[in-house]
Amino acid sequence: MSPDFIIAALMTVVGLTTPILLAGLGELVVEKAGVLNLGVEGMMLMGAISGFAVTVFTFNPWLGVLGAAAGGAASSMLFAVLVLQLNSNQVATGLALSIFGTGLSSLIGVSFTGRIVIPFTSVFPDALAKHPLFEVIFGYSPIVYFALFMVPAVGWFLKSTRAGLILRAVGENDHSAHSIGYSVIGVRYAAIAFGGAMAGIGGAYFSMVITPMWAEKMTAGRGWIALALVVFAGWRSGRLLVSAYFFGILMALELYAKASGFSVVPSQFWAAMPYLMTVVALTFISARGNAGSNAPACLGKPFLPSN
Amino acid sequence: MTTLNRRSLMKGVGAAATLSMIASTARAEDKVKIGFIFLGPIGDYGWTWAHNKGREAIDAALGDKVETIYVENVMEDASAVPVIRDLAQQGCKLIFTTSYGYMDQTLEVAKEFPDVKFEHCTGFKRADNVSTYNSKFHEGRAVLGTIAGKMSKSGTLGYLGSYKVPEVVLGVNSFCLSAQRMNPGATVKLVLIDSWFDPPKEAAATETLINLGCDIVTTHTDSPGPLQILEQKGLHGFGQGADMSSFAPNAHLTAIEDIWGPYYVARAQAIVDGTWASTDTWDGMKEGTVVISPYSAAVPADVAAEADKVQAGYKDGSFDIFTGPIYDQDGTLRVKEGEVMSLADLAVIDWFVKGVESAS
Amino acid sequence: MRIKLEKRQTPSTLMLVATPIASVLLTMLIGVVVFDLIGINGQRAVVDIFLTPLLASYKWQDVAVKAAPLIIIALGLSVGNRAQIWNIGAEGQYVIGALCAAGVGIAAGTAGGPLVITAMVLAGIVGGAAWAAGPAWLKTRFDVNEILSTLMLTYVSYQVLGYLVGGPWKDPNGRNFPATAPLAENQTLPILFPGSTVHLGVLIAVLLPFLFWLVMSRSVFGFQIRVVGSAPHAARHGGFDAKQTVWAALLIGGGMAGLAGSLEFTGALGAINLGFPSGYGFTAIIVAFLGRLSPIGCLIAGIVLAVTYVGGQVAQTTVHIPNSTAGIFQAMMLFFILASDILIRYRVRVIATAPKIVAGE
Repeated sequence: MSPDFIIAALMTVVGLTTPILLAGLGELVVEKAGVLNLGVEGMMLMGAISGFAVTVFTFNPWLGVLGAAAGGAASSMLFAVLVLQLNSNQVATGLALSIFGTGLSSLIGVSFTGRIVIPFTSVFPDALAKHPLFEVIFGYSPIVYFALFMVPAVGWFLKSTRAGLILRAVGENDHSAHSIGYSVIGVRYAAIAFGGAMAGIGGAYFSMVITPMWAEKMTAGRGWIALALVVFAGWRSGRLLVSAYFFGILMALELYAKASGFSVVPSQFWAAMPYLMTVVALTFISARGNAGSNAPACLGKPFLPSN
Repeated sequence: MTTLNRRSLMKGVGAAATLSMIASTARAEDKVKIGFIFLGPIGDYGWTWAHNKGREAIDAALGDKVETIYVENVMEDASAVPVIRDLAQQGCKLIFTTSYGYMDQTLEVAKEFPDVKFEHCTGFKRADNVSTYNSKFHEGRAVLGTIAGKMSKSGTLGYLGSYKVPEVVLGVNSFCLSAQRMNPGATVKLVLIDSWFDPPKEAAATETLINLGCDIVTTHTDSPGPLQILEQKGLHGFGQGADMSSFAPNAHLTAIEDIWGPYYVARAQAIVDGTWASTDTWDGMKEGTVVISPYSAAVPADVAAEADKVQAGYKDGSFDIFTGPIYDQDGTLRVKEGEVMSLADLAVIDWFVKGVESAS
Repeated sequence: MRIKLEKRQTPSTLMLVATPIASVLLTMLIGVVVFDLIGINGQRAVVDIFLTPLLASYKWQDVAVKAAPLIIIALGLSVGNRAQIWNIGAEGQYVIGALCAAGVGIAAGTAGGPLVITAMVLAGIVGGAAWAAGPAWLKTRFDVNEILSTLMLTYVSYQVLGYLVGGPWKDPNGRNFPATAPLAENQTLPILFPGSTVHLGVLIAVLLPFLFWLVMSRSVFGFQIRVVGSAPHAARHGGFDAKQTVWAALLIGGGMAGLAGSLEFTGALGAINLGFPSGYGFTAIIVAFLGRLSPIGCLIAGIVLAVTYVGGQVAQTTVHIPNSTAGIFQAMMLFFILASDILIRYRVRVIATAPKIVAGE
């Protein structure tokens, strides 16, 4: 195991982890506010095609990322209106968003097949970004650093700001929050939009960084992993970072197993691991009883103020 | 005197209508409909793009007699059956199904429509109205392997494949054997990703191969994703199905181009002439179905010369990479010294040559 | 002027029936607009997706064959949903059910006939139910949210599929392509109409809704499901065991999904490869909602969604839109149905505010 190999492997893991970390952070905030949005996969794909399209037209990947965030947030609004204004079933609505986003992105993407986009230029000077040793820290696309920055940012927001406290209150006890005078609906709109924007950027990582091109359904189910991630991490942003990298390592193991001929366990075993581990984690979290659980108490329940 | 009453008027109108209907259907019947089932999008700049170029060749050559229609992104499972059937029901007289995984589906629909002719690409099952056609892509791989074997500094080459089907096995073996002709110690690391087209997975697999020491990677999957990764890392690779240099100007050394036009035009002409019969065609470099793109500036002159030698050898029939002695991964001698593997053996091959490292 | 939502005394039956119809019509309308905006012939696309499969008689068999699994899975899901049990993992149970049927088929070798086929189908039901049993146990024992556990197991099922068809169950004559060996003639379901693809599974899909309707509306069990779903406290007082309901809901959902998988395998496909998961398990959720969780509703909604599947494939050849665009329409119908849910429970009132009286006038 040469240092070169370790560095290269680490960089691969970072690449695999970043999209689910982004989407996971977004969904964490949404769920902390008491809403379960299963439409992550659809929002990621909408972000992927939006970011790609904007970059194609503006030749500017930074504008592209903004476009991705906008695309993800816009698609999340479909979900938000239905769930917050019309109290529709969150599970079914989220699922519909997933299917809708997948289909709409495919349709829009038809005119973008075969095109490529300008990649990001590195934020760090080449001496660091392309250095054989230091590139493991400095050699990534800006989106990676953004994701890493957002981990403590979200954690700080939720724990130490007034807005974060309100958001958590809305998620734990919406009626109390409402009677104090906070707009439960308003807070949840904002949370859902944030979740959509983050999922959109996570999706754009596929179409703008990993392979700067567009292909139907190119997120390949990562949105669902992000949902698992939030639960596995017990709704805590610091744990989310660790969990995301854990999942990323498992994803990398699947490919390394195939490429190096390691067939003691079939490669599908590694691919199934993130999902099985999530079920195990779910069991532990739930078995410790609701007092120890971090699941927001109002998760998935519609808010019905008495008129 | 004919009574000009409503009844006779209606009769006249009816007759006129029928006549014009017959006339218009006759006009529609003039053009023979030919259908295409594509695995990926025509914009994949690879496998499907090349097949679509073949379709356009038919339009260009026989556009006055023939009308082509196509369907993209047809999955290689039972859902392909209604799609193929739909083309037949729309009146297609000839249908090309352009991937291995359509084999049983093609035969199923062919049974229902005995008057419609089918052409299945890279398969091996035929019927009275089903032909198979294939291209000796492995001849192209021999050229790529020659270049890779000479240019690789690490001696470890990467091969990105889909399934362990004969087409892929031939490609891997040809690539490995030809690289070993230039560098006897060369090895090939193989990853099969269970899909022909999945850009993110292709990219991740390419990265993995690079991390395991491969400095040149060739892809047998359909997207330019792998080349983009190679470009980012400053390494080299090859295009698949078409010239992919626009995606990776520095990494792209050359490509295997699939040229289907002449075969497609010939088959379309056979339908128009009524001379179509079920055949099995396996053409290669000599017949022009496999073409190597121009070498990029990164290919040194001596390497280009070796690659040209291989090309010339295939074109005049004096060279075949599958000439013995050939050993398999366990070291068993499979092909004796001087013997050339027959086409029949190539069509069903399921073993890799010595030097190929893979998980299965 | 403002809009006020007034709760109804009883859910409006008119809205119950009208809203699904309105959802479909609205979806078609918006579809024309969206496609035109993108530069595709909107009218042609929508006609092909929604009407051609109903009008072109040679498409009816495709609609029937596509509708069968959707209806069967939706029936199982609707039972669970009524009890507030959310089984999102029907897709995984469908796959495992089909794999179990395939396993029996492989074990049977060349043997065929009604007994073997029945064994395969039964194996499918058991397999699907077993795959849902895990989440059921986790929910009753540890209160694990079934939405997430069933969903995670779906992804695990894809890996099980990949392992089996790429390894031990791969067709030895299939040139290493990851797929099971095709079933023999005597191992497949009989065809109802000779010369067509309409297999016995279609008949089962048509009859099952009536059976479910009988059970749900006439039996104690059906009553239990409905009460546990709408009034959990009353249910406990009435002596209905919530845990038992969870088990029943998930096992029925899983069993039905597994049944659909085994029927699809023995009736329509004859072999399983990596492309087997077609999303029916997820689309069936839409079917259940569009059918308002009633058995007959599921039957009709299943046909409607099958039409969009078949129509989407027709539109693929005629206006060249990607196959997945059918998903846009399916999701839109679900959006409208979910949005209109509120009209069933609430009446919309537009109240004109009184004109302001300015002092001194």
